[in-house]
Amino acid sequence: MTETLALPFWLELVTAALLLIGSLFALIGAVGLLRLKDYFQRMHPPALASTLGAWCVALASIIYFSWLKEAPILHAWLIPILLSITVPVTTLLLARAALFRKRMSKEAVPEEVSSGGDRGH
Amino acid sequence: MNRLFPAPLLSVSLFGLWLLLNLSVSAGNLLLAALLGILAPLLMAPLRPQHAHVRRPLVIAKLIGRVGLDVIVSNLLVARGVLRAGKQPPRSAFVHIPLALRDAHGLAALSMITTVVPGTVWSELALDRSVLLLHVFDLEDEAAFIEHFKATYERPLMEIFQ
Repeated sequence: MTETLALPFWLELVTAALLLIGSLFALIGAVGLLRLKDYFQRMHPPALASTLGAWCVALASIIYFSWLKEAPILHAWLIPILLSITVPVTTLLLARAALFRKRMSKEAVPEEVSSGGDRGH
Repeated sequence: MNRLFPAPLLSVSLFGLWLLLNLSVSAGNLLLAALLGILAPLLMAPLRPQHAHVRRPLVIAKLIGRVGLDVIVSNLLVARGVLRAGKQPPRSAFVHIPLALRDAHGLAALSMITTVVPGTVWSELALDRSVLLLHVFDLEDEAAFIEHFKATYERPLMEIFQ
């Protein structure tokens, strides 16, 4: 029974690698938010943390606890699913608000796509 | 049947969600899951006047797999773009995409997909739903991008929802 308390070395390697990869993508997302200049460009990097970053960490948790409890412990996968439902709501709101404000201050953003059916520029 | 289950898929998902969250199929949890699955859609029905008609489970499964792969690939692309931004700024651009998809639920799913996949952000939809304004992190070839976008996401969604 004692051997079930610890993970075999190769599985420890897999979970550690997943955690490191996930954190790396979250870090790159944060660096992108810091270093990019344009507002719309900066909307993209944080998605790294909420997708691959979160996926890797959730997967690591599933592997680790499924082995310890000797049963599939899958509920961590709900985090990526719920994130992919909720994150677009705020992202969309931010994009819409930024477009509106930049149009009001006459910055170089595309015109409204609804007006007159033409493609803007 | 329809009055008790206005959204059967939602009922099943909530039922599964509750059991998965609690990691148990005890009688009490089954009862709570059933209550959630029945009551939540009933209470939400007045808020959702339109009913989604979802078809083609195989297409759905393929689309989910495709989005999963695209998320991984575009994660790598955006990460590379961020790390290289000092030397070679990403070619960000707004793209106008003509849409054939009109179903509200299909469009909601499309907006989710574009926003979840790093590198694209849904920015605006024309009132008549004919044009979508999308912000792309690093755009190489506009025509090829639009063709790829319509083939991989829009067409499967039209099969599922229309």
